[in-house]
Amino acid sequence: MAPVAPPAKFVVDSVSKRFVTSRGEVHALDNVSLDIADGELICLVGPSGCGKSTLLDIIAGLTRSDSGRVIADGVPVEQPGRQRLMMFQESALFPWLDIFGNVMFGLKLTPGLSRNDRRKTAERYLDMVGLTSFAHANVHELSGGMKQRAALARALAPDPKVLLMDEPFAALDAITRDQLYGDIQRIWRETGKTIIFVTHDVREAVCLGDRVILMSPRPGRIAQEFQIPLPRPRDINSIELAQYATEIGTALRSLGNGNGGSGSCK
Amino acid sequence: MQIKRVAVVGTFFAALAGLWWAAVASGRWSAVLLPSPLDVADYLWAAARDGTMISAVYVTMQRLLIGYVIGLIIGLPIGLLMSANKWVEDTIGTLALGLQTLPSVCWVPLALIWFGQSEGAMLFVVVMGSVWSVIIATDHGARTIPPIYARAGRTMGSEGFHKWTRVVLPASLPFLVSGMKQGWAFAWRSLMAAEIFVTILTGFGLGHLLHYGRELNAMDQVIGVMLVIVVIGLAADLILFSPWERFLHRRWGTGKL
Repeated sequence: MAPVAPPAKFVVDSVSKRFVTSRGEVHALDNVSLDIADGELICLVGPSGCGKSTLLDIIAGLTRSDSGRVIADGVPVEQPGRQRLMMFQESALFPWLDIFGNVMFGLKLTPGLSRNDRRKTAERYLDMVGLTSFAHANVHELSGGMKQRAALARALAPDPKVLLMDEPFAALDAITRDQLYGDIQRIWRETGKTIIFVTHDVREAVCLGDRVILMSPRPGRIAQEFQIPLPRPRDINSIELAQYATEIGTALRSLGNGNGGSGSCK
Repeated sequence: MQIKRVAVVGTFFAALAGLWWAAVASGRWSAVLLPSPLDVADYLWAAARDGTMISAVYVTMQRLLIGYVIGLIIGLPIGLLMSANKWVEDTIGTLALGLQTLPSVCWVPLALIWFGQSEGAMLFVVVMGSVWSVIIATDHGARTIPPIYARAGRTMGSEGFHKWTRVVLPASLPFLVSGMKQGWAFAWRSLMAAEIFVTILTGFGLGHLLHYGRELNAMDQVIGVMLVIVVIGLAADLILFSPWERFLHRRWGTGKL
């Protein structure tokens, strides 16, 4: 079912991972492979425990896989790197810095920039997420949605190739989320980043993704893959989108019956 | 707003002095035991003019600052190390926990025997009095940091020394400041204990003034020196720690009920 796609720039090759916990061993990921094209926005959905966040951590280099490899532009990923920045469910903004300081944090670790370059870059990305007038606000003064925008600016500022987003909108209210869906699509178009977006919300995945990868739990595997050829910008409340979401939602529910993935594993 | 608060504080202390004065005026207590506020003011004025008070404050503050800074320099890194390493936690951590419970005045006999009647003995007591609480507060602070900060830092390339100085240390700042404040209070108490119990010739501190006030039965001196000690404690809080606490409250959004 793989359609004709541009050559893969980011390859997840047979990655497996087990965790040993106090309640026994968890088979988080089992032989997961995935090709991601440059500039693609891909969504990983699945019930909790399907290993989607673990996969994201491995891609980020925060966690090591037991076997298999992640290859970015032909180079194996072994540790965190500026080319793959991560956004979390909580904003993880640093409270000891103001918003501008937070956006500057990653930039200061980016070599080869002058102080002026860094300031300009930080200002540009704050403008992109609409927080210019909050540059010198404290983290606690921002609403949940604004915090995530600031975290997005912080992740974008060092100019990574890939943006990894781990349920970044899960803790937000519906109205704020709807706005951010528009923002993410706009920013993705403007910056041309590759985005790997993890969520448990099927509609969110359909709204954002070029492709939606459905994962099954215990062990975490890729169950099925869906192309979403809807035009952009997409409205999460549109009927076409709801049709795709229903189809994927049905597939997702069938996983819950112990059916470890009837679809094709790519 | 500020003026109103200052007025409240001023009125309160004026009322306290008034009560004190009224107690003296009632004549129920001997003037030897309870000097009047005016006697104490006289003593303070005289001691300030002949230089004894100023040199005593200078000597004491110098010892305090040196001892406290040594305590911080030793305590901060050990506390950080302790939060990161199980071996350090089990060894030095247990030691720190135990010695923290030891009242600092208990170091005085040891200091006297090891260092004699010297500045070294003073510093030793101050360092021993403060370092353990600094270690424990730092360790506690570093452990209380949400792990997400370190994760976020790592994805942006903050590792090793950069992680410790730019993520762990600032993230634990609220705990560090309260630990440093506690360390300061302990250092101050230890030094007073040391100065009262150890007579040394290299410098005459506030504790000595207090001690000799008792020896000479000069209650105006005893109370005057006690007042100075309290004022220095308040001033240190205001100058050293209030700015940090205001910064923390503003940044973290805490402290408002």
